[in-house]
Amino acid sequence: MKVPEHLLLVGTSHRTATVAQRERLSLDVSRVAEFYSGLNALPQVDESFVLSTCNRLEVYATIQGANAVEAVTRFLCDFNQVDREEFEQIQQRHSDLDAVHHLFDVAAGIDSQIVGEAEILGQVKEAYILAIDQGTVGSTLNRLIQKSFQAAKWIRTHTALGEGQISTATVAVDLALKIFGRLDRTRVLVIGAGEIGEKTVRALRSRGAREVTVTSRTEATAEALAASVGADSEPIEVLDRTLGTFDIVVSSTSSPVPILTLARVEAALKRRGRHPLFLIDLAVPRDIEPGAGDLDNVYLYNIDDLSGIAAENLAQRNTEVARCRVILEERARRAWSAIHPPRISESGTRTELSVRPSS
Amino acid sequence: MDFLDFPDRLWLWAAALSYAVAFGLAVSSIVRRRQHSRTTLFVLVAVGFVLQTTGLYQRGMVMGGCPIGNKFEVVQFLVWSAIVLFLIVGPAFRLTLLGFFTSGLASVLTLVSLAASSWDSAHRSSLFSENPWIEFHAAIGMLSYGAFGLLAITSAMYVLQDYSLKRKRFTGIFRLLPSIVALEQAKIRLLLLGLTLLSLSLGIGYFYFLQDQDAVNPMKFASIGLTWTAYVMVLTLRQARLLRSNLLAWTCIVLFGLVLLTLDPVSRSGQEPSATTGTLSE
Repeated sequence: MKVPEHLLLVGTSHRTATVAQRERLSLDVSRVAEFYSGLNALPQVDESFVLSTCNRLEVYATIQGANAVEAVTRFLCDFNQVDREEFEQIQQRHSDLDAVHHLFDVAAGIDSQIVGEAEILGQVKEAYILAIDQGTVGSTLNRLIQKSFQAAKWIRTHTALGEGQISTATVAVDLALKIFGRLDRTRVLVIGAGEIGEKTVRALRSRGAREVTVTSRTEATAEALAASVGADSEPIEVLDRTLGTFDIVVSSTSSPVPILTLARVEAALKRRGRHPLFLIDLAVPRDIEPGAGDLDNVYLYNIDDLSGIAAENLAQRNTEVARCRVILEERARRAWSAIHPPRISESGTRTELSVRPSS
Repeated sequence: MDFLDFPDRLWLWAAALSYAVAFGLAVSSIVRRRQHSRTTLFVLVAVGFVLQTTGLYQRGMVMGGCPIGNKFEVVQFLVWSAIVLFLIVGPAFRLTLLGFFTSGLASVLTLVSLAASSWDSAHRSSLFSENPWIEFHAAIGMLSYGAFGLLAITSAMYVLQDYSLKRKRFTGIFRLLPSIVALEQAKIRLLLLGLTLLSLSLGIGYFYFLQDQDAVNPMKFASIGLTWTAYVMVLTLRQARLLRSNLLAWTCIVLFGLVLLTLDPVSRSGQEPSATTGTLSE
């Protein structure tokens, strides 16, 4: 295996750039081939790998020779037609072990806007496949990227970084799973056509809920939401008759008085037998009388409950970050040492790559 | 060296330690917020089961029958029955933490029975006379108690999950519990299994009773009859929707506690002990 002279990371992310700046730097899939072609045409670049998501554009390259950092940076700015001075303000650059560590952090979700999210690992994998298709990753980047996948999986399995949902919609889905185990046999009723209710239904749908019905005081809005989430709609007048047939009820109306009174829920329970009922009250003022939560087999959560759980989960994730960083740093060090043993220059000092932004 | 020459209590101690190690590892993982390995736990419980089977087999060979002649043996056999059912139905139920709770209960019961030397001091050699059906009746009866043991465990898990969801607490062990619906289904299956086995055992015992009424201890007859009646009532009330899910779970836990208290009369036949042989290992 050819020992690379240096590994360079240059790019930008949500940590340094605004969304408008990231938009201008984002790399469209249709231009990936052109990007790789131009980058690898640079005489200083051996291998390259580009990670472009809505939160980051990062170019990893094994480089050699003089002015390599400058050449890659200039290419990046020219390709995206971004002013060089502006890029200097928002860029992040790392080299060698720091670049490997950063890649490991990114793959594991440590560097994500929502710490611990799992989507980024899939995005890194997709970017890797694109790079393979373009033939720009060689033995060095191949090994490092594969190691980053292993490290990310280890973190997900052995730490609490990815545990617990951190949005109210996904917290509601988690709770539904704690009650029903699986959602494909549950019937969901949405009362009201608010945005937060829609998000919750979409989250439930994404985890398997198939039978969704929307009802609202305004029939047209119920039908519109039902159409947008692929659900049925029914008039609110039949609520008393049908309430007992649903397992999960998401309510987010602007009604000044509770829609689901204690008596209404009790009547519905008589039809349900022993099956649990999950009530999600996303409205303020509340749509469901709090006393319903004291009934046997009824689990009632309001917006504060869901937000509180989301906040607890986020705090828990953040406490795991420091521990994960240490683990990832050690794994990155081992991975880098395996392909790039420390080299001593003739003067007896280790050669370092200067990645300070050039002026 | 023939390992089967080792004293039976040594095997049973080893089994208890194996259950305790399985439980300890799971506790350690939960405390450190790590996902415990269900495979490791299952293997450790299975190893404990093999060791316990060996110990009970040695006892059975000496006794010439099923080793449930005193309180110590009844507790050991009850744990063995619960573990058999766990190893058979556990993978099918796919309930997280079932192994954790089962290994916990198994290690506590086996260690307590081993530590309480008085439980193993007297031995009744003529428990089963010469009728193999009576032995079958006893073994099936103990298996039913094992099912009720697992029922108590799943009920405890249900109570914890219900508490977690009602009180909105999801840290520690609460985050790992199975769903309410899965636990409810497991409870009903175990209740039906336990009742079926106990009914079969009672049926066989009844024919034996008709043949030789003096051989049945009235206390034993009463305690098993009450146990059967209690579980039938629980099932009936549940089917009639007169018993709330949470109350059903608590009832199953309390009933199993009472079952444990009736183990002494259950281990007695109608005849007085014909011999006091002390522990078999002595």
